[in-house]
Amino acid sequence: MTLRELNRGQSARIDQVDARQPGVVRLMVLGLIEGAEVQYESSAIGGDPMEISVYGTAISVRKQQADFFRISPLTSNV
Amino acid sequence: MSEVETTYVPVEKINIRRRPTAEVAVIGNPNSGKSTLFNRLTGLRQTTGNYPGVTVEKHSGVVQLSNSALELIDLPGIYCLGGFSADERVAVDVLLGRIRGTPRPDGLLVVLDATHLYQGLYLLQQLMEMQLPMVVAMTMTDAATANGTDISIEVLQRHLGGINIYPVVATTGRGLDALKEALETIAEAAAPSIPESWPQLSSIADKLHSSTAGSMPRIEVIQALLHPGSTQSDLLVAQLGKGPVDEISNRLFGDEPPQACEARHRYRWVHGVLQEAQHQAPMIEQFSARSFRWMNRPWPATVLFFVVMALVFQAVFSWAAPLMEGIDLGASLLAEKVALVLPEGAISSFITDGVIAGVGSVLVFLPQILILFLFIIVLEDSGFLARAAFLMDRTMRSVGLSGQSVIPMLSSFACAVPAIMATRVIPDRRDRIATILAAPFMTCSARLPIYALLIAAFVPNQSIGWFNLQGLVLLGLYLLGIVGGLTTAWIMKRSALRGPKPQFALALPEFRWPNLQTVLIKLMERARVFLKRAGTVIFVVAIIVWGLAYFPRSSEIRLNLDAAIEQARASHTAGELEHKLTSLRNEAAADQLAQSYLGRAGRFIEPVFIPLGWDWRVSAAVIAGFPAREVVVAVMGTIYAVGEDAEESSLAGKLRSASWPDGRPIFTVPMVLGLLLFYAWCLQCVATIATIRRETNSWRWPIFAWTYMTVIGYVGALLIYQLGSMA
Repeated sequence: MTLRELNRGQSARIDQVDARQPGVVRLMVLGLIEGAEVQYESSAIGGDPMEISVYGTAISVRKQQADFFRISPLTSNV
Repeated sequence: MSEVETTYVPVEKINIRRRPTAEVAVIGNPNSGKSTLFNRLTGLRQTTGNYPGVTVEKHSGVVQLSNSALELIDLPGIYCLGGFSADERVAVDVLLGRIRGTPRPDGLLVVLDATHLYQGLYLLQQLMEMQLPMVVAMTMTDAATANGTDISIEVLQRHLGGINIYPVVATTGRGLDALKEALETIAEAAAPSIPESWPQLSSIADKLHSSTAGSMPRIEVIQALLHPGSTQSDLLVAQLGKGPVDEISNRLFGDEPPQACEARHRYRWVHGVLQEAQHQAPMIEQFSARSFRWMNRPWPATVLFFVVMALVFQAVFSWAAPLMEGIDLGASLLAEKVALVLPEGAISSFITDGVIAGVGSVLVFLPQILILFLFIIVLEDSGFLARAAFLMDRTMRSVGLSGQSVIPMLSSFACAVPAIMATRVIPDRRDRIATILAAPFMTCSARLPIYALLIAAFVPNQSIGWFNLQGLVLLGLYLLGIVGGLTTAWIMKRSALRGPKPQFALALPEFRWPNLQTVLIKLMERARVFLKRAGTVIFVVAIIVWGLAYFPRSSEIRLNLDAAIEQARASHTAGELEHKLTSLRNEAAADQLAQSYLGRAGRFIEPVFIPLGWDWRVSAAVIAGFPAREVVVAVMGTIYAVGEDAEESSLAGKLRSASWPDGRPIFTVPMVLGLLLFYAWCLQCVATIATIRRETNSWRWPIFAWTYMTVIGYVGALLIYQLGSMA
């Protein structure tokens, strides 16, 4: 499952990041790395970009990049 | 024996201005409260200069301590030493002493936001590698407590190798005394020990540092390894050879980008530190937090964005209008008074029509620009603009840009000059240039006088349903600018500036009440930049245009005027005389302008503009407007012989009755619409051209922008006039 498939309000742990894909390094520098716990807070209209929070900081993630983050959900579908 | 009364004044009460003895760079994440702390420490003792060869301003100030003083340098907020954008690169270059003429700082004041320690400790860790004396100020501790976050400063300090952390509340000043005391001895403080997040990189950096015989500092070796392709990396390759460096990089990073590996190692360390030092109580969500969260949902947030922007523009117009009228009135009253004192002639005209009108034409924009910037700064500091960038990202993506272009574009509704400077946050050069080319299309405050004049003169003041026709035309002109700008970006991103799709990774700050002092200091800074960058150019242009419109003087017209005045005095009654004299003088002024350099240029260029329906007078006014479009209304005022103190409405009347020699009116509806479109799209502003030159560091883009915008303005006006006249 990737970050793109998360539902709003749901949280997850990042298992694997494909760092070679474009635009991913900047997100890793903001703290989206393996082991980090994230939550899907909100989004712009149409669900893209997504607002993902990590340790209390909200980060804007485009769906295109969200595909490169493999996750395991921590909470069930809300 | 009389008692002598002695008053003892404690030493610290004596107010002495000391000269700074050391330079300390202030560095932290964006929105960490860094600027508020900087302002709090330096007060108004700030200066803004330039780094040689770099476009980003050097912002510094002096902090007075009990026994000494320090020069503080405020650096742009960054998340890492990665150098993705121009702002970030400058911060890194200053910290590493790479800018010639700017020595490496003697120490660092690191600002750590207690509510965002995760990202803050990441940057702090990279800064610790620099081996500079360091003091850490922890801001937003009150907000962290309110969130139920418990932070153990002692545990943090232990993990940070003994760096002292000083909690401060910058808005109230709590904790500042202790921080200042620590700053007093910063230059002598020991450098922090290097964090143990990536032992492998650390030992390789040590080894390479010694194998370059110490010629490359350890931190530069690390930067070279982490940023292949950079100048530092080239230096390292030159010293050690390509093979060994590649082999080391391969061992450290495999086939992944070095910065990704760095992020993994450093954040793992940060995670470990926070596990021990930070404890989060279960959140009791307050009503305000809940309502903010509701506002952040997609639709409410987007609707809120448009409502706020509509209110801002409404306020800018309704608040600025009386101030602008006041400045206009003040300038013309002053000119009148001066004209009474000075004898008629070139000097009087130079001072009234040149200098006073020139200064007036700069000052008249200040109210609108300051009010718009006040709103933009407040929206920026409250976190709203980052949200706007987030919400608009998808829309901007459709023209090949990203949400980060939204903020510069909003600024360009006031003035393109600061807007182009605001593109420095955009990481990719191609995206940055596309944004720079789009910004001058937005309706800036200099376009408004000509819009206002032509709309008032030629668009009927009638209602269509709920709307006023004049207002709709103005709205249409704004949309024309937006469409022109976005289409340009779209075309450029598909041709000359084709490249990978712009990335968009942005931390979204939570809503925060802006700090008044910070807002005012930023506002003064922007006003200063406008007056310096745009104001000086506009002023010089106004003087040059005056010269072209004044010289050469024809003595024949002068003598004819004197004769006509004599005759009028004889044949008119006192009541009529005043009126007759004014109209005679106005006609003479128009004749003088007709044979001035500007008038001749207008006649010379007339054939070019005839297909657009413009006579030589409109052509002359347009030529005068090329260096700075705001002079157009003034030139039209003179050229249509309205005289100094005439109301604009009478200029509108004159325009309506202006005709070709065969009696056809010049200002027909298609001609006016074409003229408006020409003004909406043409790049008539030397200040903007100079700023594009500065920011892109080449003549290629300003020349391209000017040519392109002039051509599409001309062609647009031509099409509208020709098609409209056929109908």
